[in-house]
Amino acid sequence: MPKRNDISSILVIGAGPIIIGQACEFDYSGTQAIKALKEEGYRVILVNSNPATIMTDPEFADATYIEPVTPEIVAKIIAKEKPDALLPTMGGQTALNCALALEEMGVLEEHGVEMIGAKADAIDKAENRQRFRDAMDKIGLESARSGVANTIEEAREIVKRTGLPSIIRPSFTLGGTGGGIAYNTQEFDRIVREGLDASPTTEVLIEESLLGWKEYEMEVVRDKADNCIIICSIENVDPMGVHTGDSITVAPALTLTDKEYQIMRNASIAVLREIGVETGGSNVQFAVNPADGRLIVIEMNPRVSRSSALASKATGFPIARVAAKLAVGYTLDEITNEITGATPASFEPTIDYVVTKIPRFAFEKFKGAEPLLATAMKSVGEVMAIGRNFQESVQKALRGLETGLDGFNRMVDLEGASKDVITAALSKRTPDRLLQVGQAFREGLSLEDIQDVTGYDPWFLRQIEGIIEAEKEVQADGLPRDAQGLRRLKSMGFSDRRLATLAVRSVGVKDGLAETQAKRSGLLHDALQAMAGATSEEEVRALRQKLGVNPVFKRIDSCAAEFEAITPYMYSTYEAPSFGEPECEADVSSAKKIVILGGGPNRIGQGIEFDYCCVHACFALAEQGYETIMVNCNPETVSTDYDTSDRLYFEPLTAEDVLEILRVEQQSGELVGVIVQFGGQTPLKLAQALEDEGIPILGTSPDAIDHAEDRERFAKLVNELGLKQPDNGIAYTRDEAAAAAARIGYPVLLRPSFVLGGRAMEIVDSEAQLDDYIKTAVNVSGDSPVLVDQYLRDAIECDVDALCDGDEVRVAGVMQHIEEAGVHSGDSACTLPPYSLPKEIIEEMERQAEALAFALKVRGLMNVQFAVKDGEVYLIEVNPRASRTVPFVAKAIGQPVAKIAARVMAGEKLADFEPFRRDLPYMAIKEAVFPFARFPGSDPVLSPEMKSTGEVMGLDCAFEPAFFKSQLGAGMILPQSGTVFVSVKNSDKVNIVPAVKDLLDCGFTVIATAGTQKYLSEQGLAVERVNKVAEGQPHIVDKIIDGEIALIFNTTEGWQSLKDSKSIRAGALEKKIPYYTTAAASRAVAASIKALEPSQLEVRSLQDYYS
Amino acid sequence: MASAPSRPAQPKGATGCLVLADGTVIWGRGFGAVGDAVGEVCFNTAMTGYQEVMTDPSYAAQIVTFTFPHIGNVGANSEDVESVVEGAVGCVVREDVTEPSNFRSLERFQEWMEKNGKIGLSGVDTRALTRRIRQSGAPNAVIAHSTDGKFDIPALIQRAQEWAGLEGMDLAVRVTRAGQEDWEGGYWRLGHGYGRAAHDATPHVVAIDYGAKDNIFRNLVRAGAKVTVVPAKTAYDDIMALKPDGVFLSNGPGDPAATGEYAVPVISKLLAADMPLFGICLGHQMLALAAGAKTIKMHQGHRGANHPVQRVGEGWGETTGMVEITSMNHGFAVDADTLPETLEQTHVSLFDGSNCGIAVKGRRAFGVQYHPEASPGPQDSFYLFEKFVGGLG
Repeated sequence: MPKRNDISSILVIGAGPIIIGQACEFDYSGTQAIKALKEEGYRVILVNSNPATIMTDPEFADATYIEPVTPEIVAKIIAKEKPDALLPTMGGQTALNCALALEEMGVLEEHGVEMIGAKADAIDKAENRQRFRDAMDKIGLESARSGVANTIEEAREIVKRTGLPSIIRPSFTLGGTGGGIAYNTQEFDRIVREGLDASPTTEVLIEESLLGWKEYEMEVVRDKADNCIIICSIENVDPMGVHTGDSITVAPALTLTDKEYQIMRNASIAVLREIGVETGGSNVQFAVNPADGRLIVIEMNPRVSRSSALASKATGFPIARVAAKLAVGYTLDEITNEITGATPASFEPTIDYVVTKIPRFAFEKFKGAEPLLATAMKSVGEVMAIGRNFQESVQKALRGLETGLDGFNRMVDLEGASKDVITAALSKRTPDRLLQVGQAFREGLSLEDIQDVTGYDPWFLRQIEGIIEAEKEVQADGLPRDAQGLRRLKSMGFSDRRLATLAVRSVGVKDGLAETQAKRSGLLHDALQAMAGATSEEEVRALRQKLGVNPVFKRIDSCAAEFEAITPYMYSTYEAPSFGEPECEADVSSAKKIVILGGGPNRIGQGIEFDYCCVHACFALAEQGYETIMVNCNPETVSTDYDTSDRLYFEPLTAEDVLEILRVEQQSGELVGVIVQFGGQTPLKLAQALEDEGIPILGTSPDAIDHAEDRERFAKLVNELGLKQPDNGIAYTRDEAAAAAARIGYPVLLRPSFVLGGRAMEIVDSEAQLDDYIKTAVNVSGDSPVLVDQYLRDAIECDVDALCDGDEVRVAGVMQHIEEAGVHSGDSACTLPPYSLPKEIIEEMERQAEALAFALKVRGLMNVQFAVKDGEVYLIEVNPRASRTVPFVAKAIGQPVAKIAARVMAGEKLADFEPFRRDLPYMAIKEAVFPFARFPGSDPVLSPEMKSTGEVMGLDCAFEPAFFKSQLGAGMILPQSGTVFVSVKNSDKVNIVPAVKDLLDCGFTVIATAGTQKYLSEQGLAVERVNKVAEGQPHIVDKIIDGEIALIFNTTEGWQSLKDSKSIRAGALEKKIPYYTTAAASRAVAASIKALEPSQLEVRSLQDYYS
Repeated sequence: MASAPSRPAQPKGATGCLVLADGTVIWGRGFGAVGDAVGEVCFNTAMTGYQEVMTDPSYAAQIVTFTFPHIGNVGANSEDVESVVEGAVGCVVREDVTEPSNFRSLERFQEWMEKNGKIGLSGVDTRALTRRIRQSGAPNAVIAHSTDGKFDIPALIQRAQEWAGLEGMDLAVRVTRAGQEDWEGGYWRLGHGYGRAAHDATPHVVAIDYGAKDNIFRNLVRAGAKVTVVPAKTAYDDIMALKPDGVFLSNGPGDPAATGEYAVPVISKLLAADMPLFGICLGHQMLALAAGAKTIKMHQGHRGANHPVQRVGEGWGETTGMVEITSMNHGFAVDADTLPETLEQTHVSLFDGSNCGIAVKGRRAFGVQYHPEASPGPQDSFYLFEKFVGGLG
């Protein structure tokens, strides 16, 4: 059936900011969808508040609204643009919920907008627990015993029938927020209450526990002619009980016979038909009893999902692209499989490799939160790896995670532990469980022991056992000296580095002596090398090369080689030389090529912004005629879409894996260079290894980057340039740190060197706090010193993004932070242009940025952070590489900053480009989005340690509406009336007055704690007093819990006050009350509330802003 | 590929090999039965159902290269068997067979292979082999397994070269039943196993066994038929003496033209008698031959569980254009260009446009090239059994 001609314009709703449970996979799917719809000639209108997305690049949609994804705002866009149709299935749960709300509000009917892809009723049927169960009953599929409760009393009745442990799932929440597993009645009551609260419909599902059952997912696509295909089956290594987003998963399913697989296939298709998903992709989840195969349907998502992104990358089948085409009327047989170019999309991909996904966590960022996994998702990113067997696949995934693993690294805390201790560790569902399983085998636990406690399928356990056995061989005998033996190990996925570590141990010298000697040169080292085979990653590589043991590259072709693939989408494997030489399908071109190294798995501090930059580098360099080669291992990204680059290697970003790709790519054509500056810290860490191998690095040299990151070298440069830095010191011991702090004067900022995202940074006010930090947060040693900085209290922080080509420096944007210096720049709201800085200060920062760019010989992007205090500009840090703010700046000024940078790196001059627009007649505000609600027990306060997962942009003609939008986009609905609670530190008392005045003017009631109340009353403001928690009940937290508070301004100074106020923030978080922990943000909030009502907000497309 | 045959030295520990007729030797580790066997090397892209594949009589005289690297994960059981007669002679896999993990597994795949006289070879770059088959066609070869690693390679090459190949080979006589059988088996259900056929069921289908998969009969039973299976060479009169309401023509191995020498005359008579007919795979090809079309040997054949087939032509009503995902296993096909006026094309492959289904105009006779009985593979096409059985009596 041809495409529909009765519609001509389509509104696509994006997923908004990156949050846990909704990451850049929805940029990937949305971008694909928009491209697919544009190809068909439709006018595409997009709304998404996230500026760091590729989909919001102005050249993709015809009208791009960077506006909050809320029903009220989207209704305004609909009223303005009058689209014929709305595609709600590309923007995750956010888009689905928004579309449902628009339907309920009658907006769609009023404007004659048709929902395509999934109808409101189908969405509701899939999402509403009871309707879904009824539907499953109707088609004869079993669901877990359960009941739906709207009150705690109802829940208690149900659990009598379903039993404990019990699963509690709130309706309509993202990634299962608010749900959990209860083992006793007390836990049950608590989780039910949380769940009822988290659910927008105050509804939870109480369910029979299927703990320990196997979990599977099926990715299904259906077209309107009722053709249904399975794109991929996914088997979770972690059994039921861990959210699938937090589970280690493999594709395809590996422990089902065909008969069992077909039951699941039939069931998946029956589910789609019954729910009524007309067209597009859906995900159906199953639990299977490992004892008898009993199959239970868990849930289905009537939209593209994180799993469909994974399935797309795992098979090469572009689910979102196809789903978009199906939504406008095509059938599967009318769509071409672009991987083969010869076959239609109406088939089921078959693969000849094993895919492993491992989630990445960030518990270390949220002190106080227990690192336990349950039914609410906690991971912030994921890595995917491809191998020709499970062992190769899982070991590649482990090293691709970039958490310091080379494979199944030892779990030191379990070494030599008793069986009871190990069993106890394994019984907890922690992020480290896979590694603990490996350690348990090392410690002699049997497969059965481990299976009993983890519920992992014995098939996977045996594979892990095999890896540990092989490790033991190397630890005993060193490396094999023949090609066949070494190839066997490499085909099990061992990294060179892991093999080196194991081989050194074979020498049998205890207490790390061998390890120490191995690092030196000389006779001892040579003897070690002779005994072990190799003592370092480099030596293993040399040995491999001598023996001719190199990986080959195979294609991801969706058809297991049945047809020729025209799309160069590849992964590495160690293959047997079945026909003489191992067969490599890289088929390297003779073109001029540039390799772009991606950012690996998303984490806090390194997320979609860097992928955005990498994608732009691909686009820009392809336009200039280079062959672009992308290397990345994050399945959620646009960069790993097969049509983003000319050639795609889905590989871990380690020196070993990247060097092998470069070795093959250099066999033909000209490698112009590698871009390491766009993917965050990940590729930067590889720069040295690449340079050592003589690989050309494009743009700013790794030495210049080191120059900026090395404290001592940098301090010297700053001196030479006559710039001013906050006083600072470096400490290799606790005493040095204390001395430096005493010299600089408290408060000081402490942090370990070489970090991204400000991990483990803290402001300390006293020596006691300094001691606490040194003890708990870092390991101070000769290798990892601690940096001590003067902390500029109440300074204004600024970010400057600039480009340099060697001859000229151009500033793309100066951003003024709203929060004071001391809050991590990634967590601060900021404005472009600066909203309150004098021109001279801005010019001074620009002057300094220029001087730094020339001094560091920057070629490409550079980000400088400044603090302004009392009219003085302090240099905080320089990063001569792509920064987190690049996409925000590009969206704000309407110019492709990252693209221009990539071209400058490839040799073009800035003079060839239009100057950057600096005089903006509007205000762009970036606001960060935080996952505190996911980490009960952690303190939701901003600090020098980055904690946000994503960002939104508020764009409007003036500060107040733009700020309002930024809050709305970030999920903070600013109240229009009610009671405001104010409690601020002494130094903020002056600063908070305007905010309180504004709110009183708007009719708010203001209450404050004693000190604040006293001060404000003295200023003639009508403020009532409320007890602090320590002052006894009724106190402020009582009021928060009782829902009496609409807004909170709470700033703290010092460690004690922070501790005392934790319960206020926790209460606010629980009750979803907007709270602000800085005076500056509080003022912005009050000003915005005063300036306008939400109904007055206007919407405007980027294209309109730019023209 | 025109490159010279590859003859690498035997690696240490190699206990198996695949010797192609062009002299290429592929080394690996042997498993299953010891010895050697000759056949045509094909590849199958299904990710599940290796036991069903290995017991499918259509794979007689074939060595199956599984493209999915892990084979044997779910062991072997007594249910996932498609026939007790000869199936594939061996298989080539990427990974060494692991210990099984599945609640239905009764034994290790290696042991099951050994018991069934099938030779396995692991440690091979099966993707490279598959690509070679895609590029140069399915080679004749010998698969060999020797526990001491001793092989007479020149003799094995000679054996591969001397083997006549599948073209012109009537393999149905080798794998058909010796005698008539009242089919007893019903449909498989999880937790219940196979059901039993109802003795009083009507209509009555006589199924000619050219090397049939048992699941075909089970599906006929499920669709409501009573099934009597007869050997490949059963005469027309003997079939009619069973008073069938319809006759089913089964799948089977080998060249349809060769088997057709004795089967086609019988089918022609059945057609002339207006007997309702349903053919699958080889049965479909011979129905086409009986109706005047021709068959051809395909370059690489279709073997997998992901093949899209579209309903075309008249007679499908609203479901014209519908796509079924099918299980396929065929190296020969009906040449669509040779269909006479009396035949209508009902299904085509969306992979390469080859014929996948025909109907005889004005008759209740039709056939499909693919395997609606699945096992292994998707069960999208069960409607064909209902269509056949429902149209009888």
